[in-house]
Amino acid sequence: MDEAPTASDVISGETATSERPLARVPLVLNHRNFSWITERISGVVEQPAPRWWWVCFTITATIASFGLFCLGYQISTGIGTWGLNHPVGWGWDITNFVFWIGIGHAGTLISAILFLLRQTWRTSINRSAEAMTLFAVMCAAIFPGVHVGRVWMAWFLAPVPNNYGIWPNFRSPLMWDVFAVSTYFTVSVLFWYTGLIPDLATLRDRATTKIKKFLFGFFACGWRGSNRHWRHYEMAYLLLAGLSTPLVLSVHSVVSFDFATSILPTWHTTIFPPYFVAGAIFGGFAMVLTLLIPARAIFKLQDIITPQHIDKMAKIILLTGSFVSYAYAMEFFVAWYSGNAYEKFAFANRILGPYWWYWWVGMLFCNVLSPQLFWFRWCRRNIFVVYFVCMCVNAGMWFERFIIIVGGLHRDFLTSSWGIFIPTWVDIWTFIGTLGIFTSLFLIFIRFLPMIAMSEVKIVLPEADVHFGGTNGHRPIAAAGKERA
Amino acid sequence: MRTPYGHKVYGMGAEYSSAASLYEAAKIVRDAGFKRWDVHSPFPIHGMDDAMGLGKSWLSAVVLIGGITGLLTAVTVEFGPSWILYPLIVHGKPYDWRTVPAFFPIMFELTVLLSAFAAFFAVLIMNGLPRPNHPLFNWERFKRATNDGFFLVIEARDPRFTEVEARELLEKTGGQHITMVHED
Repeated sequence: MDEAPTASDVISGETATSERPLARVPLVLNHRNFSWITERISGVVEQPAPRWWWVCFTITATIASFGLFCLGYQISTGIGTWGLNHPVGWGWDITNFVFWIGIGHAGTLISAILFLLRQTWRTSINRSAEAMTLFAVMCAAIFPGVHVGRVWMAWFLAPVPNNYGIWPNFRSPLMWDVFAVSTYFTVSVLFWYTGLIPDLATLRDRATTKIKKFLFGFFACGWRGSNRHWRHYEMAYLLLAGLSTPLVLSVHSVVSFDFATSILPTWHTTIFPPYFVAGAIFGGFAMVLTLLIPARAIFKLQDIITPQHIDKMAKIILLTGSFVSYAYAMEFFVAWYSGNAYEKFAFANRILGPYWWYWWVGMLFCNVLSPQLFWFRWCRRNIFVVYFVCMCVNAGMWFERFIIIVGGLHRDFLTSSWGIFIPTWVDIWTFIGTLGIFTSLFLIFIRFLPMIAMSEVKIVLPEADVHFGGTNGHRPIAAAGKERA
Repeated sequence: MRTPYGHKVYGMGAEYSSAASLYEAAKIVRDAGFKRWDVHSPFPIHGMDDAMGLGKSWLSAVVLIGGITGLLTAVTVEFGPSWILYPLIVHGKPYDWRTVPAFFPIMFELTVLLSAFAAFFAVLIMNGLPRPNHPLFNWERFKRATNDGFFLVIEARDPRFTEVEARELLEKTGGQHITMVHED
C-alpha cells in the first residue's frame, strides 16, 4: 500500500503522448475517481443477477451435482469405483488434487508476494484471485479426503488422542501435506477476509435493504475507515503477506515431497519442490486469466483490469513457464547423466510409451511451446491469443501431473508388475464435477462480494497521494508519473 | 457535554475534499495539541500516521508471540507422542530427538498458522472491533467515509475540546460540513 514506484515497465507506444519521458501508464484508465470505483464494483453486487449469470450458474451447478453424485456413489460403494488398481494406486484423484492445489497458488502469489514486492497493479486482481485460491483448495481437499477410502475415518489424520493408541506418523510427507494444505486454506481465508473488511463496510453503507445492511454490517465488524485502525490494519496485512509468502512456497513443496521422498524413478528427484512451485504459479495464473478475461468484459471493468494487467500476467506465465520448461529439460538431462537404467527407461517411456501423446500434447505443446507466444507484445495484448494460451496451460498442467503420477507408477522396476490406468466414468465425472463446483462457487462469489478490492484500487489513483495537486510545489516522481493519462 | 436539546456529544467532525487536504488538516490538529481525534478515509493514506503523530503499530509483537506459540505447539505435539507417548518405529528410523528434520515441515506450518491467527485477532481486538454501532454512524454524511469522503473528527473526550475551539480549528484547516456528532 505504499506509493513507492512500481516495477511496471514503460510501454513505449502508450507513452508517446506524454511530455514526461519516465511517465507510467496509469493503473486505472480514463481518470476514474474514487466514487466511480465504488459505484462500478459495488454495482456488480447490488444490481439484480443478469440473465447470463443464471444461465452459467444453472450449467455449472448441474455439472457440480454430477460430481457430488459421483462422490456419494464412490463413498457408499467403495474405492473400487475408481479405476485405481495395481500398479497405479494414485490416478486421476491425486492428479486432480495436485492440479487444484496448484491453481490456488496464483491467488496467494498475487496477494502476498506481489504485495511485498510493491507491485501495485495487483490491487485490481488480488480479491478474485484469492477467492479462486479458496475454491481451488476446497476442490483439491475433496480428492485425498475421499481417497482415504473410509471418509468417516479421516479424523485419524488429526493428532487426536484416542483409545486405539494410534497416533499420526509426523515423519510422513502425507502428514506434512495435511498440515500444509489445511494451514494454507486457513491462512488464505484469514488474509482474504481481512482484505474484505473495508469493502464490506462500503457495501454496508450503500445497503438499501435491512437484511443486506445487517449481513454486510455483521461481517464488516463496524469498520469505519479510521486511521488509527488503518495503522494496525496495514501492519496486519503486511504480516499476513509476509507469512503467506513462505507458506505458499512451502505448500507445493510439501506436495512434491509426497513424490520426491519415494524411490520411484521420475519421482525421486531433488528438483521437485521448485519445479512444482513454478508449475503451480504457472497454472494458477492461467486460471486467473481464464476467469477474469470474461468477467472484466461482462462487468465492464476494462478501466480497472486494463490491458496492462493482462500483459503483466502473461509475462508471469512466460517466466514461470520457462522455469517449468527448464525443469522438464533438466529431468531428461539428469536421467541421461545419472546413468541409472531405470531413470533412463522411465523418461524414454514418458515420450514413447503408452502415454506418449500426453507428453507431446500436454507437456510439450501446451506447457512449453504455447507460452512462447508471450514473447510478442501483440500476443500479450490480444485477448483471444491470451485466452488460447491460458486454456492450453490449464489443460497442460493437468496432463503434466498425470504424466508424473501415473507415468511414474505404471511401469516401474519389474516388468511383471507393469500395467495401464483406465479411468472409470466415476473418475471422469468426479473431476468434471469439481470443475462445476469451482465455477459455481466463483459465480456465487462475484454475485455476493466485491470482486475487486475497492479500498486497494483507490490507493493507486493519483488523488490518493497526499502530495497530489502540488501542495508546496512538491510532487513525488511516482505520483507525477501516474497522474498523466 | 450535551447539546441544548439534551443529546450527548461525541465530537465535532468535518469533511475534506481530498486526501491531500485531510493530510494537511491532520498536521494542524496534531500541532494544536489534541489527543482524542481521528481521521477517516476510504483507504489508508500514506504518511497519515506521521501527520497524526502516531508511531509504528505494535501488532507485530503480538504476531511474534503467536508464532512462538505455534512453534512450541508443534514441538510438543510432535515430540510428545513420537518420543514418549506412542513411539512408532517406521522403516527402522529414529523416533526421538534425532528425527527432528522430519518434524520441521509441521513446525513451520503451525508457526505460520498461529501467527496468522494472532495477526487476524490482534487487528480486531486492538481496533476495538467488532463494534457494529458507533456514534459516527449517526452522521448522515459519514457514509461517504467508505466511498470517497475524507473526515476528521475531534472527540468531546479530549481535554482540550470546547465547541468553539474545535469549530474554529476545523474551519481553519479548510473543513466543510462541520457538524456536531451525537452519541445517541
